[in-house]
Amino acid sequence: MATEPRRYVLRFTRTERTLHWINATCFFFLLATGLVLYLPALSRVVARRELIKTMHFWGGVAWISLLVLVAVLGNTRRLLQTARELETFTHDRFNVGQKINAILSAAFALLFLVSGLLLWFGERNTRFRFASTVTLHDALLYVSLVLLVGHLYLAIIHPATRHALRGMTRGSVREEWARRHYPNWEAAPPEPLEGTTKAAG
Amino acid sequence: MFLATVAGGLSSLAWGRGVWGHVSSSLPSVPLIPSGGWRIYTVADHMPTFDPATWKLEVGGLVEQPMTLDYAALRALPVTHEIRTFHCVTGWTVNNVRWTGVRLSDLFEHVRPQFDAQGVRFTSAEIPYVDYLTLRQARLSDVLLAYEMDGKPLPREHGAPVRLVMPEMYGYKSVKWVSRVDLVPQAEDGYWEQLGYDRDAWVGRSNGY
Repeated sequence: MATEPRRYVLRFTRTERTLHWINATCFFFLLATGLVLYLPALSRVVARRELIKTMHFWGGVAWISLLVLVAVLGNTRRLLQTARELETFTHDRFNVGQKINAILSAAFALLFLVSGLLLWFGERNTRFRFASTVTLHDALLYVSLVLLVGHLYLAIIHPATRHALRGMTRGSVREEWARRHYPNWEAAPPEPLEGTTKAAG
Repeated sequence: MFLATVAGGLSSLAWGRGVWGHVSSSLPSVPLIPSGGWRIYTVADHMPTFDPATWKLEVGGLVEQPMTLDYAALRALPVTHEIRTFHCVTGWTVNNVRWTGVRLSDLFEHVRPQFDAQGVRFTSAEIPYVDYLTLRQARLSDVLLAYEMDGKPLPREHGAPVRLVMPEMYGYKSVKWVSRVDLVPQAEDGYWEQLGYDRDAWVGRSNGY
């Protein structure tokens, strides 16, 4: 039984993976606390609005702060390279759908932050109060949920694509899978070198 | 694309509400989701519960004839109806809410405010929520103590069994779970006014709008 050893290629740096999982964790926390603030049925069950509001606000602040912190302290050079890669709509390391999803997620994080801060400070000072702030915050939620459902389906359920999850948990993906799905991607070194890349990051 | 999305999002602070108004009015309403509907704002740890057997509404302070009403007595007072749009200061509105209840000016005829009473204090069972109107404002003909909303008894999260409805002002003036109405020398700062909101909360003419 001589099976050829599987070869792997690096898809996500440790910085990219850390950012992804901070984003995911904080998003679900903010979604849960936000829904309690938003849905009348849940507000009746939980009732402690002031507490939930405080948790939601500081959760949001922690979300963005952690992302900025990791981006600055992590492998910033590679991250900027990835950002440039995302803004060119070609099918290489990522396909166009993935690029749009990533860009929208990043832009929405900033917009969530701005509209959230306006809601928080608008409650304290009329200068920060706009009639449409709450509309923007809600609209971001709706679009984000659509993106999230699609993302979760492709990453966890859909058989052809769910191997990508390994890339986000362990950094590398099977070389033959990468060739099949991303033929134009000039794949990074196989696994043995991954450690070196990580150390450099 | 990142910058374009951010710029588009920020510009929506200027046009978002109008567009959303059109979109949400053309969509069917989904149960549970407040599309163009209510959001429930509370300030205390527990939402007051309503027990018809023990509930009382006190109307007192600077009046000739203080009253204590139980739920049946409240419902026995002359009934009035108002169909009004509810405006929240945070930007959402609910169109054409059907309120049923007692006109405050009718209630005042029973208790007869004294000459030195210039304000009315509404105390909520949701402690420490309280707010005030001037007696003049409270006597406007569309100011109610409402015990029905859209043809049904007021739901718990909307202030059961009775809430104030001051349609010309932002919603924070319309105290929910009203347990006391007191005539006082003058209107003072209520819960949100102490946090910086305007005392005279006229829709479209206060709170920075």
